[in-house]
Amino acid sequence: MKIIADTGKCVGAGQCVLTEPALFDQDEDDGTIIVLNEAPEGELVDKAREAVLVCPGQVLSLEE
Amino acid sequence: MTTTEKHEFPMARTCPFAPPSAYEQIREEEPVSRVRLPDGWAWVVSRHEDVRTVLNDRRFSADRQHPDFPALVKGEAASRRPDEERLLIAMDAPEHGPARRAVLGEFTVRRLEALRPRIQEIVDERIDALLAGPRPADLVNALSLPVPSLVICEMLGVPYADHEFFQDLTVKTFRQSTPPEERMAAMGAIQGYMADLIAEKEQNPPDDLLGRQIVKLRAEGTYRRSALVGMGLLLLVAGHETTANMISLSTVAFLRNPEQLALIKADPGNTLNAVEEMLRYFTIIDVASARLCVEDIEVGGQLIRAGEGVLTLGHAANRDPRAFENPDELDVERSARHHVAFGFGPHQCLGQNLARMELQIVFDTLFRRVPTLELAVDVDDLPFKDDANIYGLYRLPVTW
Repeated sequence: MKIIADTGKCVGAGQCVLTEPALFDQDEDDGTIIVLNEAPEGELVDKAREAVLVCPGQVLSLEE
Repeated sequence: MTTTEKHEFPMARTCPFAPPSAYEQIREEEPVSRVRLPDGWAWVVSRHEDVRTVLNDRRFSADRQHPDFPALVKGEAASRRPDEERLLIAMDAPEHGPARRAVLGEFTVRRLEALRPRIQEIVDERIDALLAGPRPADLVNALSLPVPSLVICEMLGVPYADHEFFQDLTVKTFRQSTPPEERMAAMGAIQGYMADLIAEKEQNPPDDLLGRQIVKLRAEGTYRRSALVGMGLLLLVAGHETTANMISLSTVAFLRNPEQLALIKADPGNTLNAVEEMLRYFTIIDVASARLCVEDIEVGGQLIRAGEGVLTLGHAANRDPRAFENPDELDVERSARHHVAFGFGPHQCLGQNLARMELQIVFDTLFRRVPTLELAVDVDDLPFKDDANIYGLYRLPVTW
């Protein structure tokens, strides 16, 4: 599985970081998304799905 | 076009723990439909998926100064000033993104986490004072209002000593019965206060949010006092009134549902999840996320045309069975994070993670330190804010 982030649409709400700080971080200056791990495995896969569901900018998608 | 508008908006809640009673019928039978407003009409959009669509599509504008933007209060449209500088909540792309990103660095999850010990200290101090004072006590004045007000004042660099001034004006601003001219005057007074404060900070910018914005924007060559005044005003007002109401309402909900309270007391690891459920359950800002359609678009099978207004019913969406199982049940163990209580799309609440942390700390601390907390009056006698655009409680008498 691969996490695809359309970062230009990011609204900086930080919901992805709140979901899983092992997968996502925020730019410290403007709050926009930084994907730390593009290829989650194991339990992190569910976290990636949750991040897709809650992202308010619909920035994230998954390539199965 | 022949159409009938069955319902009048905004609609008041008849029960503090449920959306207005007509919402279910609207959502299930006519999910995108026309409703009467005090001065005209608008579409309401009520299903979770459709609300998200509207709030994250550029064909809907957030420009509250536009003459055609739906007005929830009679005569409000006439008081608009389309030439005036817009607050962040009224901006569209491409103006909105850079303005929002200018302050987002202050609200990252990491940055806010560093504030946790200080917020805990503030909550503990207020509970010390509550326990040292007389019983019954008003929890709104003892805890709900001071906690988020102290936090946002410290973040922004606003003197907390002025809290009564801005709290009273904020309540006036959100009360639906406040005449438009008085609402304008109230906003103007907070604006004037913020302008004076920022002018003073310009001399020697302090290390607080407003001071750091002055330094940062000056370095970028984009600093304008009027823009920062608008931002400061928005953060101050939105930063205290919303969280205060959530603290009060959630406290009532926990006390009415002791089995739910027991779940967070048994394991504070559940509290953040409970925070999401309380946000969903109460949806204190409901019709406030209005939009103006600027390009024809179909939503939920209904064509909405450019120039038409839309109200997204967050409370209907957050009780949509398509998105939440047994939606009318309060269940702090459910996964409710996809609620729209903070809105959705580019305008989704900037301070949401601050609000989450404040609520989490208050819930964990209040019920641990005051385990015998109870309401001092019947729920039916509580003064709920039925007449305000942000739902909540005016007072919450409690004892222990």
